[in-house]
Amino acid sequence: MAEPLISVRGLKVALPDMTRKPLIGRAPLAEILKGLDFDLPKGSVTGIVGESGSGKSTLGRALVRLIEPSAGSISFEGRDISHLSEAELRPLRRDLQMIFQDPMSSLNPRRTIFSIIAAPLKQNGLGDNLKTRVAEALQRVGLPQNFAGRYRHQLSGGQRQRVGIARALALSPKFVLADEIVSGLDVSTQAQILTLLEKLAAEMGLTVAFISHDLSVIRRLCQQVIVMREGRIVEASATDALFDSPKDAYTRDLISAIPLPEIDPAWLGTLAMTKASA
Amino acid sequence: MSAACLDIRSLSAVLPNGQRVLRSVSLSVQPGEVRALVGESGAGKTMIGKAVLGVLPPSVRIAEGDMLLEGEDLGQLQPKARRTLIGARTALIPQDPLTALNPSRRIGPQMTDRLVRILGWSDERADNRIRQLLDEVQIRDPERVLKSYPHELSGGMRQRVLIAAAFAAEPRLIVADEPTTALDVTVQKQILRLIAQLQRDHGTAILFVTHDLGVVAKISQRVSVLYAGKVVEEAETAALFAAPQHPYTRALMAATPRYTDPLASLRPVDDAVLAGLAAEIAAADQAWRRPHG
Amino acid sequence: MDDARIARRGVGPRLWLAGGWLLLALLAAILAPLVAPQDPLAQDLMLERLPPFWLDGTEPGYWLGTDSLGRDLLSRLIFGGRIAFIVAFAAAIAACLVGSVLGLIAGYFGGWADRIISRIVDIWMAFPPVLFAILLVAVLGTGLSSVIIAIAVIDWTRFCRVIRAEAMGQSRMDYVENARIAGYGRIGIMLREVLPNVVPSIVALLSLEMGIAVIVEAILSFVNLSISTDDPTWGGIIAEGRLSIHQAWWVLVFPLITLILTVLSFSQFGEALKARFDPVLR
Repeated sequence: MAEPLISVRGLKVALPDMTRKPLIGRAPLAEILKGLDFDLPKGSVTGIVGESGSGKSTLGRALVRLIEPSAGSISFEGRDISHLSEAELRPLRRDLQMIFQDPMSSLNPRRTIFSIIAAPLKQNGLGDNLKTRVAEALQRVGLPQNFAGRYRHQLSGGQRQRVGIARALALSPKFVLADEIVSGLDVSTQAQILTLLEKLAAEMGLTVAFISHDLSVIRRLCQQVIVMREGRIVEASATDALFDSPKDAYTRDLISAIPLPEIDPAWLGTLAMTKASA
Repeated sequence: MSAACLDIRSLSAVLPNGQRVLRSVSLSVQPGEVRALVGESGAGKTMIGKAVLGVLPPSVRIAEGDMLLEGEDLGQLQPKARRTLIGARTALIPQDPLTALNPSRRIGPQMTDRLVRILGWSDERADNRIRQLLDEVQIRDPERVLKSYPHELSGGMRQRVLIAAAFAAEPRLIVADEPTTALDVTVQKQILRLIAQLQRDHGTAILFVTHDLGVVAKISQRVSVLYAGKVVEEAETAALFAAPQHPYTRALMAATPRYTDPLASLRPVDDAVLAGLAAEIAAADQAWRRPHG
Repeated sequence: MDDARIARRGVGPRLWLAGGWLLLALLAAILAPLVAPQDPLAQDLMLERLPPFWLDGTEPGYWLGTDSLGRDLLSRLIFGGRIAFIVAFAAAIAACLVGSVLGLIAGYFGGWADRIISRIVDIWMAFPPVLFAILLVAVLGTGLSSVIIAIAVIDWTRFCRVIRAEAMGQSRMDYVENARIAGYGRIGIMLREVLPNVVPSIVALLSLEMGIAVIVEAILSFVNLSISTDDPTWGGIIAEGRLSIHQAWWVLVFPLITLILTVLSFSQFGEALKARFDPVLR
């Protein structure tokens, strides 16, 4: 396997638990991630799957250093970035990009698509030839050039997510975090966005962490899968191996709970025959 | 075949600007069957559920068509009689179990309210009924749940509570509007199982609105595929999955991800299919407009 | 998008009516020496308590009649508008600057900044505003600048509260997070991503605040705490009109109508502006 671009060791993240915040004083910390170890090999797409409360989104935000780990390390190209300050991170931002779940909330309503895609370019010293660069970014995701002057409300859900991808990839990053990027989209749009990401990741040799609750999507897109539950990794392996012979019982549950679009009378299990109508 | 539980005949609904959001929809739900309505956003599937329950948004007007609930024409009834009939014979399982419950009231009174206030049951009868239903949806400690506030329960528990509440008054028809969309997959499976179990035990008909063909395959006996407020295909569920007839149904199936066949699934919908749909819709609108100005 | 179009159509007449009145009143105030038919201070006891033009016993050139000292009411209202608008603009802008900046900082940065600013706002809002203003003017001494300072000092909290809440909502948006990923600093994000989205609210509040400033100024004039008693002010005219209500109702009624129309127009204008800019993008 290729050498890791990102290497995570003993990663713990604790965040304030606002539900237990006392009337006066600070909220107590709740440990969301309880010690994770894994590598993201260069040029690979890794699926991170889990249900709500598994900590998968928190893990994603720690990987792009939107939150600071409370223990352990995150190494990017061999350098520990887990405790870098905001200023120290700035030169690294260009290489660590993110595509968001909700394309509506991730695009500023008052900025044109051009301005949205241009902002990270300007901030990272790529302000020359802005027009050309934005045009390239739009073309890469299959959006017409005249979209540059539009606002987010003039776009469909799928087009918005294309803008999100264009913005993240305009900087030619080394790592991209994709956090549930198709969960708000219709299936037909979902398929378009996933094939686009699949194509671009291969073309640009990106390392991608693909967070999703949908194992079907992960099987199509990812070379390896990390299954998370309650802040821990329950299983991590190559995708085909995970689906062909899942080792953990929880992984088996997750796979068997997926309702496939095909008739299977046994899927729901045998319904009890006992209860009579009242 | 006996009289349909719900019979929708050529229902058209329009926005103030004259645009149709439901395009001559016809469908029936037989007593005791699960009828799925499947489509993408904007297909009008939720709108049909709302029309049946009489809770369409004020801007949407029914321009044409009839809705018969157990043979009674809803359009012929006075508003009050219609409300009473809908209230007594139907119930809703909503998409978001959190917003469907009042956050500042305990679960117990919220569940019995409808039985006592609307149906005039005694407190004791309502209470017994709710406990029986909580048992049927496999809630182990009903005392704790009845005393809880909605935010103290998990998403799956809240949805169980709402399913119990929906079945409590023995409605003839339940509209289930994406009841598992907000849930995790493992919870979704449990909830689908519960709905199937209660549906069979109580012989209730369900109009099951969903965007997920996988859920359609597992829960329904018959299905209508919607696009832009129009039924493009209607079939027995088994027949639909064995041999989908409409190009859009086929495209939707090919776009749905399938871990068992990752390369053949997730196919983007072909532009030709969408163009065909647009033409079909335009033709239907033109035919409709002629007699309606 | 249909909703947006419907909302915009409804906005039209409100915006034009309110804006029209404000423009008319503003132009009259700016060009007061040119458009006022008489000298607002000129007393003529021969012309005292002339009724408005449609009643009997009027003099040409005294459209809205005269007060008990024979001064032309219309001219006094026009000149009074100068002070009303100066106070409205200056006080509202000052309150807006202070309140919006603090609100933006509290809402976006949170933490200690938010706690301190919010506590100050809470304490501030516990003072009864009009009494507070009277007290301030009493301490600062009467005069135009005292009135402006008093209104700004009292009303910055209105901006602060609203803008803080909006900035807080904005700071949870993914595009704010994305700006961090793009490498922006916190101040940069506040100005670039958050500020533009709270501008519609600032505009609406600013306009509303101008109306409020007009009222407060009128109240202060009414209790004789505004600027020198010689210069006509709407509140001053109302105070004088109250004394001769039985002999000359018009001296009370016309300034009241002027005041109400102006305040209403300010609040409607602001709401209409906000509605016009908002739904399109939300």
